[in-house]
Amino acid sequence: MDYVKLIGEIFLMMGSFSLFIAAIGLLRMPDVYNRVQTGTKASTLGAIMSFVGIGLMAVDHWDETNWIGRVIVLIVFIIITNPVSSHVLMRAAYAMKIPLSKITSVDKLKEDIENKILEEPIDE
Amino acid sequence: MNNIIIYIALTFLMLTLLAGLIRFIKGPSIVDRVVAFDSMTITSLVVIGVIAYLSNRAIYFDVAVVYGLLSFLGVIIVAKYIQGGL
Repeated sequence: MDYVKLIGEIFLMMGSFSLFIAAIGLLRMPDVYNRVQTGTKASTLGAIMSFVGIGLMAVDHWDETNWIGRVIVLIVFIIITNPVSSHVLMRAAYAMKIPLSKITSVDKLKEDIENKILEEPIDE
Repeated sequence: MNNIIIYIALTFLMLTLLAGLIRFIKGPSIVDRVVAFDSMTITSLVVIGVIAYLSNRAIYFDVAVVYGLLSFLGVIIVAKYIQGGL
């Protein structure tokens, strides 16, 4: 049982370190789109690994309360909601016409709008 | 102290909250502030999970679920308002 707890602590450590790297990227990235990218993608990974670690650490409580079920519900919830909010925020930032950074070389949404594949996001 | 790794992880989580707060204060556009708020919320969910482990109460995970749901709704509503849908 001690080994399971140790593995859980290592998972929690790696997850919190990934969240910390996401926060450093949030401070250092050049424009809004890169910040949305790092601020949601890496923090999703960090949160999932941290909750896996917490669920493994509580190996003594697996039989008394519904501990592991709640952790699984939280992980599924984070997997569903976090990319959706990132996507919606990106579209909102593009509709506000926030300028891209100087070193951006690819803008697929602009090419698709020019080729009439997609519609432009509305900004009223 | 047999759970020193948990305290090191909590230190990293607090540094993450601090970095998110700095970006929240000085972010040039509103999207930066929303992203910083979202990142701080995810970090707070993990902190709530660690507190639930340290105090042996599984009921705190319900608090984390409701908090995550409210944060998700807030981000969606703010983005919809920026786009002019509301």
